[in-house]
Amino acid sequence: MNEGVYGFVSIDLPPLLAGTLACVTCAILGNYLVLRRMSLMGDAISHSVLPGLVIAFMLSGSRDPLPMFVGATIAGLFTVGLVELLRRYARVEPGAAMGVVFSVMFAMGVLLLERGAGRQVDLDADCVLNGVMETMIWFPPEEAGSLARWSTWVSLPRQVWTLGVVLLVVLAAVGMLFKELRIVAFDPGLATSQGFHAGLLNTLLMVLVACATVASFEAVGSILVIAMLICPAASARMLTDRLWVQVVLSVVLAAAAGITGYLLGAYAPTLLGLPAAVSASGMITVVAGVIMLLSVLFAPSHGTVARRFRRVRMSLRVAREDLLASLYRAEESGAAARAVASRPVDAIVLRRAIARGQVRLANGVPALTDRGRDVARGIVRSHRLWESYLVERGGLAPDHVHGTAMRLEHLTDSASGARFEPPQPDSPTDPHARPIPPR
Amino acid sequence: MMAVLAAILDSFGGRAGHNTAVVLAGTMLLGVAAGVVGVFAMLRRRSLMADALSHATLPGICLAFLLATAVGSDGRSLAVLLPGAAATGVAGLLIVNWLTRATRISEDAAIGAVLSVFFGVGVVLLSVIQALPTGNQGGLKGLLFGQTATMHAADAMLLGVVAIASIIAVTLAFKQLGLVAFNDEFASAIGVPVRAIDLLLMSLVVMVTVSGLVAVGLVLVVAMLIIPAAAARLWTDRLRTMAVLAAVFGGTASCLGVLASSRLDRTPTGPSIVLAAGCIFLLGMIGAPRRGVVAGLGRQALVAARVHADHALRSLLASPQDPRPIGVVLPPGLIGRLARARLRRLGLVRVNGSMIVLTPEGEAEARLAERRRRLWERYLVTHAEVAPSHVDISADAIEHVVDPEIVARLEAELAADDARRVRGGADA
Repeated sequence: MNEGVYGFVSIDLPPLLAGTLACVTCAILGNYLVLRRMSLMGDAISHSVLPGLVIAFMLSGSRDPLPMFVGATIAGLFTVGLVELLRRYARVEPGAAMGVVFSVMFAMGVLLLERGAGRQVDLDADCVLNGVMETMIWFPPEEAGSLARWSTWVSLPRQVWTLGVVLLVVLAAVGMLFKELRIVAFDPGLATSQGFHAGLLNTLLMVLVACATVASFEAVGSILVIAMLICPAASARMLTDRLWVQVVLSVVLAAAAGITGYLLGAYAPTLLGLPAAVSASGMITVVAGVIMLLSVLFAPSHGTVARRFRRVRMSLRVAREDLLASLYRAEESGAAARAVASRPVDAIVLRRAIARGQVRLANGVPALTDRGRDVARGIVRSHRLWESYLVERGGLAPDHVHGTAMRLEHLTDSASGARFEPPQPDSPTDPHARPIPPR
Repeated sequence: MMAVLAAILDSFGGRAGHNTAVVLAGTMLLGVAAGVVGVFAMLRRRSLMADALSHATLPGICLAFLLATAVGSDGRSLAVLLPGAAATGVAGLLIVNWLTRATRISEDAAIGAVLSVFFGVGVVLLSVIQALPTGNQGGLKGLLFGQTATMHAADAMLLGVVAIASIIAVTLAFKQLGLVAFNDEFASAIGVPVRAIDLLLMSLVVMVTVSGLVAVGLVLVVAMLIIPAAAARLWTDRLRTMAVLAAVFGGTASCLGVLASSRLDRTPTGPSIVLAAGCIFLLGMIGAPRRGVVAGLGRQALVAARVHADHALRSLLASPQDPRPIGVVLPPGLIGRLARARLRRLGLVRVNGSMIVLTPEGEAEARLAERRRRLWERYLVTHAEVAPSHVDISADAIEHVVDPEIVARLEAELAADDARRVRGGADA
């Protein structure tokens, strides 16, 4: 191996792998937390596993992964149980119940660390928040071709292997219970009535979250865990309405955030002339946040920009239809058409109507073309039909229906685009004795 | 007052002086203010908003530090750091608000996302500061977990002023805050400016959180808002009492935390204060009269005793005159003893040694209980369409919750044929 590649494999590859595995594992589970509106449970668990880790260390006296894993998982489940207990039996408001439990547990963990255990465990509160990604180093054999052998990979840092195993477990559980988890995520009541034990599935989900949290935060820190439980799933939820698409998308986004974030953290500062790399887990979190912001803004159907765009387009359509209808009424009564462009938006509306060949300008005064007259007749017909309907069937006074009809006349069927029509009235004219134009 | 506090501190054997006393006073006042403000934040269901807010202050703190260092002034003075903290904290709150209102992302996900992403930005900035040649982030690390040891008297004065201002604001707007917290629609119907009051509440939360950073640290400052309020909620349903209790709890927790932190080595202030508050909450959880665990278990035991007493009456009815061993009709243990005490208190049974027998009143009562049970059985089969094989379980559970009037109405409803069946059943 040449020196550059060896440097990358030994210094960057382990944290890159650990970060990406952690991101993907958390993101998969995050989908269910976000859908069940329990995102902050991930937050609570990732804070309160700390005392579990420390106590397990103090009891076992080593940094052996298994006791710490068990301790942290117990602490995580204890948190879930305690929150539920407070909520149900002491009737504490859910947010507050979570806040009480996780802050006290975290405080206990920090104190235990600072007052003794931290000296031997070489953990401190800071590395709990930020992880130890930067210190993961791997020394594979240097000869060429060693990376092709399985035995080389076995010597990867322990955190990477732990994360790999947890990811497999999570994948297996979610894969096998996809249907059950889906029904519980969307409608726990229905799930129970169908014979799935919603409470049991919920506990299983919490066990998985606790495992994923423990395995990840040893490597990447609790802040990244919280971000990964929420951001990729929330971003994916902006992009799709189908659960399996959402899960796959969240995995892709999480992996993208993990890889880009790590590389940015490791290399971008040097390019910018800063002396050292910046926090990798912080950078991954930032990238995940940027991805979420982009999908919130630019998601095709649920994004805020798309929604704003649809609103503007609809109000322009309504204004154009109002213009056509008023020109039709002017023709009908024989009055001279007035110049309608008084506000700036009216000019835009007029231009759009002309561009569609519905209106032409005769000596600066707008007039309907034949095509425009057809459309306008449909609108006025719909308006007068609605007025008749509201008076005859709705029992409203004739002088109260105009405003409502002004809005209803714009209703179209979203599939065919045809204008929606109320049933034919009994009388041939509208309540103001004006004729209802033919279709 | 300072002299008194200094004397108290001296009695704990600490290296107390005027400075420590001022710090203690400032932190206590802040605890009081956080407790009071926290009550309204909790009732308005904004508790965890404060979590997003406090984590979102980190990038502001770092940016303020970087800016101040760039223009050559002391980046570690609170006068520089706190405005920066407030700026990004409020930005975080606004984003949570926007995400919840304008997108399909629910509030919990919005809070979690803002909390972690803003904190991530802060962590990146911290590592940048560390890498700078001029960078010494020692003063900033203190803001993560709180360190009153390095606090100056002037900083503590600042805390005190903020705390007193918040307490005064809450006192003045007490009625409006309470109305909005419990029923915002009613409040707006009678002319309370709900948006303005919400704005006031959130500004108070921002003020308390940002100044609390110094004492408790930004990871745990949210606990000062939540725990005293939740603890006070356990003891009372009255708003005024709740606010006073939360103030007392908050002040006590801060005081204990600061004392422990100044007296013991390697004990950061924030976690100590939070643990002290946690102990206060635990006391309430165990001992509170209506929501406490002890009271809850007591109520459960009394209900169980009533149920077992009824069962005992019915099983004694099989042979009303014969004494039976107590162990056969009542379960062992506390519940059985409570049930026996209940039956004797009401004069329904006589106990001779280990034998128990119905009194005449007891026999009458037992017949009533048996009748209620059969009525329900009947009702469940004919009206609620419960399968006959399941009905015994349901009837068993339900006969203890109905009062005699409902039984009377049932009897009227079930009319003649039911009455015949019940009589037939009783004869058989």
